[in-house]
Amino acid sequence: MHVARAIYTIWLREFKVFVRERSRIVGMIGQPLLYLLIVGTGISSGMSLNNAPGGMDYLKFMYPGIIGMSVLFTSIFSGASIIWDREFGFLKEVLVAPVPRWAVAVGKILGGATVASIQSAILAALAPVAGISLSVGVMVKLLLLSFLTSLAVTSLGVAIAARMESMQGFQMIMNFLVMPLYFLSGGMFPVQSAPAWMQKLMLVDPLTYGVDALRQVAFSHTTVELAPGLSAPLVEIARSGGLIRWDLGVDVAVMAAVTLVLAAAAAVSFSRAE
Amino acid sequence: MTEVIRVEGLVKRFGDFTAVDGVSFTVQQGEIFGFLGPNGAGKSTTIKILSTLLKPTSGTAILAGYDVVRQPNEVRQSIGMVFQDPALDNRLTAEEHLILHAMLYNVPRSVLAERIDQVLKMVGLADRRKSLVRTFSGGMRRRLEIARGLLHHPKVLFLDEPTVGLDPQTRAAIWEHVRRLRDEIGVTVFMTTHYMDEAENCDRIAIIDHGKIQAIDTPAALKRRIGGDLIIVTGDPGLQEDLAARYGVEVRRVGNELHFQVAAGAEFVPRVVADFPGRIRSIQVKQPSLDDVFLQLTGRAIRDEEASELDLMRQHARRVWGGRR
Repeated sequence: MHVARAIYTIWLREFKVFVRERSRIVGMIGQPLLYLLIVGTGISSGMSLNNAPGGMDYLKFMYPGIIGMSVLFTSIFSGASIIWDREFGFLKEVLVAPVPRWAVAVGKILGGATVASIQSAILAALAPVAGISLSVGVMVKLLLLSFLTSLAVTSLGVAIAARMESMQGFQMIMNFLVMPLYFLSGGMFPVQSAPAWMQKLMLVDPLTYGVDALRQVAFSHTTVELAPGLSAPLVEIARSGGLIRWDLGVDVAVMAAVTLVLAAAAAVSFSRAE
Repeated sequence: MTEVIRVEGLVKRFGDFTAVDGVSFTVQQGEIFGFLGPNGAGKSTTIKILSTLLKPTSGTAILAGYDVVRQPNEVRQSIGMVFQDPALDNRLTAEEHLILHAMLYNVPRSVLAERIDQVLKMVGLADRRKSLVRTFSGGMRRRLEIARGLLHHPKVLFLDEPTVGLDPQTRAAIWEHVRRLRDEIGVTVFMTTHYMDEAENCDRIAIIDHGKIQAIDTPAALKRRIGGDLIIVTGDPGLQEDLAARYGVEVRRVGNELHFQVAAGAEFVPRVVADFPGRIRSIQVKQPSLDDVFLQLTGRAIRDEEASELDLMRQHARRVWGGRR
């Protein structure tokens, strides 16, 4: 009971701070939007996907990846913020409270995931910009998938940050872990068109499964006209073109397993850190 | 008086480095107890062990009847903590900080409103209850942290370098509050400092250096140990040996000054001037300060350690978060 309240307390603080910090919200949503509008539009007007199925353009393809990117960046940042927080913030106060360390880690992870999900909800609402139709069901599923993916990534951030002493180290993590995680997630280019050695890396990137799930859910309410009088569901087009690789159940199962492992790692790492 | 803290043979090693080297002491209820020493002397490490943030390598520490290693949660519930660096969030209000604290420390909802009023009044922040901490000065932040530390009615309030980075006026005000707390609610205050003048405010002081306690006593008694007043003279070369031979005292050279102690300084001045005609350029008499006690016990003045990675972050934090101090 007390532990549940402690977790809620940590979560509540994360949430309150998020709501107060509007500039961070703008930044965290602005960055993926810039990617979408500039990189996405630029690439789709200058290049085309190799062997792309008809009805699929780059902007549509990239859109779910942009949500994944927002989740990734927001979550890893939430996780890493404990480095700073531990020395100079609220977290220090929590560490001497009569609350188990793992509960602090869990509260932090849930808080980070909530924040990331809210941001991806805002991004998801902009899907029509990329020619993707939405429904309430699609929005809810996108939100749930974002939450799950974010739990995994925030856990990763906490697990690493619990052992790091300075923010300088965080820059390294961004460059050598987070960016590759995104590039290899299938968010920017399809897994199947990458060289074999890269495909192997992409298949071990947990975000690949998150993006795959986001893509099939995001596409699920959209129909495109291939020719006059001939239209097809976007999700079928993507699947037949190999742009969606697994069943939603498989993606979710992989993400859930990864989340469990990383969350446990975060709790352990955070409990042991002095 | 009851004992609230008992520490016996406390040792903390980090690899080859011994940060705390066999420290023992007791603190009575209602006492303001100070740990005085330079940066790196082991003050913060001791406070971290007592507040269960670090495990000792060996030795025991009992706080409010609970063992810090075996009963960390009971210990945590019994202490309030004010850290060296502010542990506040700029984006939350004073009241929100207190509410979150109450949730973490199981303060019953039924008494919460009353408690919040009580602690905010105590530190003079009642009118800033709904203000964001962003708008607080350094002194107000400290006071809010003290209020928060008291919210769950701890037995011991830990203050780790509570006045670092504050201006003299604010420092005096913080002390005023600390003394009032002790008088009004009888909380025991355990503090660390490297400011000598501040340590004078404590009921008892432990002087710590290189992880060892060099002396524990009241400020007045520590100063008496020095053996009277401090005489500082400057004069011709050779004066050091001649003074030592003549009066049988130990004469230390500090820069171009010669320092030694005599029982009654004021009466001593005419005598030394008469004994060494023409050889003394200047002479002054000083009441011993804790600085002198420290110098005598450790052979050097309180020094500053070189900046660690944490100190660099700390400086950055002050720039970014510190606001008006």
